[in-house]
Amino acid sequence: MTNFKPLALTIIFCFFVSSHCTIIIPKNNNGNLIQQTCKQTPNYAICIQYLKSDPRSSDADITGLALIMVDIIKSKANTTLNKINQLIKKKQEPSQKEALNSCAGRYKAILVADVPKSVAALKQGDPKFAEDGSNDAAVEATTCENGFKGKSPLSNENIAMHDVAAITAAIVKQLL
Amino acid sequence: MDRTNNSNHDVPFSYVSLPIGPHEDEAPVESRGKWKARPVVFCGLLVLVSLVAFNGYKGSNGNITTLTSNEDLKQKTIPSHKWKPVSRGVSAGVSEKSNRLFTKSNNIGGMLFPWNNTMLAWQRTAFHFQPEENWMNDPNGPLYYKGWYHFFYQYNPNGAFWGDIVWGHAVSRDLIHWIHLPLAMVADEWYDQNGVWTGSATILPNGDIIMLYTGATDALVQVQNLAYPADLSDPLLIDWIKYPKNPVLVPPPEIEVYDFRDPTTAWLTSQGKWRISIGSKMNKTGIALVYDTKDFKTFERIEGILHAVPKTGMWECVDFFPVSTKLDIGLDTSARGDDVKYVMKVSLDDDRHDYYALGTYDENGVDFVPDDTNKDVGTGLRYDYGVFYASKTFYDQSKERRVLWSWIGESDSEDADVAKGWASLMGIPRTIVFDKKTGSNLLQWPVEEVERLRMKRCKFHNEKVMPGSVVLLNIGSASQLDIEAEFNIDKKDIEKIKQTNEEYNCETSGGAANRGALGPFGLLVLADEGLSEYTPIYFYVVKGSNGNLKTSFCSDQSRSSLATDVDKSIFGSTVPVLEGEKLSLRILVDHSIVESFAQGGRTCVTSRVYPTTAIYENAQLFLFNNATEATVTASLNVWHMNSAFINDKQVKLKS
Repeated sequence: MTNFKPLALTIIFCFFVSSHCTIIIPKNNNGNLIQQTCKQTPNYAICIQYLKSDPRSSDADITGLALIMVDIIKSKANTTLNKINQLIKKKQEPSQKEALNSCAGRYKAILVADVPKSVAALKQGDPKFAEDGSNDAAVEATTCENGFKGKSPLSNENIAMHDVAAITAAIVKQLL
Repeated sequence: MDRTNNSNHDVPFSYVSLPIGPHEDEAPVESRGKWKARPVVFCGLLVLVSLVAFNGYKGSNGNITTLTSNEDLKQKTIPSHKWKPVSRGVSAGVSEKSNRLFTKSNNIGGMLFPWNNTMLAWQRTAFHFQPEENWMNDPNGPLYYKGWYHFFYQYNPNGAFWGDIVWGHAVSRDLIHWIHLPLAMVADEWYDQNGVWTGSATILPNGDIIMLYTGATDALVQVQNLAYPADLSDPLLIDWIKYPKNPVLVPPPEIEVYDFRDPTTAWLTSQGKWRISIGSKMNKTGIALVYDTKDFKTFERIEGILHAVPKTGMWECVDFFPVSTKLDIGLDTSARGDDVKYVMKVSLDDDRHDYYALGTYDENGVDFVPDDTNKDVGTGLRYDYGVFYASKTFYDQSKERRVLWSWIGESDSEDADVAKGWASLMGIPRTIVFDKKTGSNLLQWPVEEVERLRMKRCKFHNEKVMPGSVVLLNIGSASQLDIEAEFNIDKKDIEKIKQTNEEYNCETSGGAANRGALGPFGLLVLADEGLSEYTPIYFYVVKGSNGNLKTSFCSDQSRSSLATDVDKSIFGSTVPVLEGEKLSLRILVDHSIVESFAQGGRTCVTSRVYPTTAIYENAQLFLFNNATEATVTASLNVWHMNSAFINDKQVKLKS
């Protein structure tokens, strides 16, 4: 008689595994959602880069991914505002100073208005206001950049903000 | 189109109505008699002033004709640099703010146009509803009760942007002069902790007032709640009670918890029950759910849906009401009969536009059927082709009319909103009636009470405007105006034009700078004398392949401001013009809002305009004709508008 024990054990083991399938499969299954979401944004590569660098993205739904991007808008705005304030303290040409002051106002508006309303809109389930907020963040960055007569000391920051904001708006649009 | 017999051809024009003249009899009869004498005197003064100034003015700005003097009208063509073609707008479907992502073309070499307080202060309106400060969005629960019009609205008491939403409240005797009252409802229950959102009022035959509204719960679920006045003997309805057993409706199992909001006013079924609809979506199909109730406390879900249209997305702010096909009055929401058609209206989350369809309603089958399936809810006609969302009607039983409210958002940057401390307006309330002439449109028109704000009137009769010319109408400062105008194209010009297959689309047309044979022509509002900023409101006529004329009506913001952070879209649509009809328009200009109505309100366009230069005494009004072939004759009445003093400190009731 053949030894059924190993077969029996194997069968039992298989049942155990299949009934606990969802637990055994590793968590980076969400990479698929991130890819699908980022494909519908203007900049797939940057979108993937930002989302994957945030640990929360691994089990976030689309709303969660949008919230991560809004968080990135917020932290970039903070960093840029700090840089603007540092530059203002230095000696500047009057037109340069005027442009910097205007930029400070723009980035403050992102922090005071765009970010809070986007977070609230996403969390409370009326995402269109988050689309408006993200689009506006891009406008503020572009307007800041356009305000410099000479060379803009904030080009990198403004371009980055514009890109991040455009990606965020595109992700939010998928929720509408 | 009529040919106007211009009998004034060889007579020197007098452009402004003189103190004694035949046209004064046409002035509207108004109980405010004291205004009648004054306007006439003002216009006379203007003539004198401009006669003196005209010679000097002409020298410095010889390319634009000013309409006030007794000299023969010398039409000048506009030098081409004044009519720079603008880049094509981003096609419709993209959210209105996003096209500014790509606008660098309007930026003149890195020049900064910071908003200063003078420019921002000008933007506040004089006679449109807005709170003293902060953010406003959807109109809520409008109603008429015990002699007062009540208006509620989504409001953020903490900032000039959406968030912390509560219900603001104001009352008026005439839909124009408003008194601000304490907040009606705040987020003080678990079932509306994350938002006291949009709702509608139903007035019961016994006089009870029912308010159904959406709450975003502490668990972020969208539910429907019941509220009612604490004291029905208080005509101001200051205090409101929330039903202790709220919510009265939770999302049904097949609907997502965040796709269930904005309950309608209820209407009586033939079974004697009250019926409401709530918009939602299934995947990308917009739908309207239906519920019946006897007491507004327990509801019965009715099988099926009132209507659905694929690919339209989430339906917000559903509105459903009857209109009379025979009478020019409004109907109670519960009206029915042979002479009744139904209007289904939705606000599409996807594109922030309000759409409507006319059709029939089968109560038993719970079915709305549009008259034209090619122009269905969400795919066909819009109430307004500009900035106009979350609109809601109510039946005004005191004047037997149906009145439409709508939220008019900002088209500027958040930075400017935060700086000026407020954001959003309401449009002037409009009456809605069925268009008996076309049978396929609604007509919207500003409520007649707005005409009480009319002050001095300037009249222009049969002004001939040659192709490629701009005519300054010397009416004085032009930030607060009510304009009624008629235009005629010379019949000879129409006949000699070749037919064309051209399909004109306001949004992608490039605006008033792009010339056609029979258009564009109309008015330039909020324009400075040097035309560095101007907003054309215009008609554009195309002679089609069968000789038929097709008319578009547009509002062009592409050169409305030197600022680079405002929306520069061109809005508009085709407008049906029937045999024998003249081209007519009405425009309400009130600082940063312009509301335009074509053919008695068959096509409407609301826009937000934020000039940096064409403000205060520099804001002017022009006639223009940028067609290549058509000579246009225009007749207009232009009234200066008084303020409605809505945010005068004295008329606010504090809690």
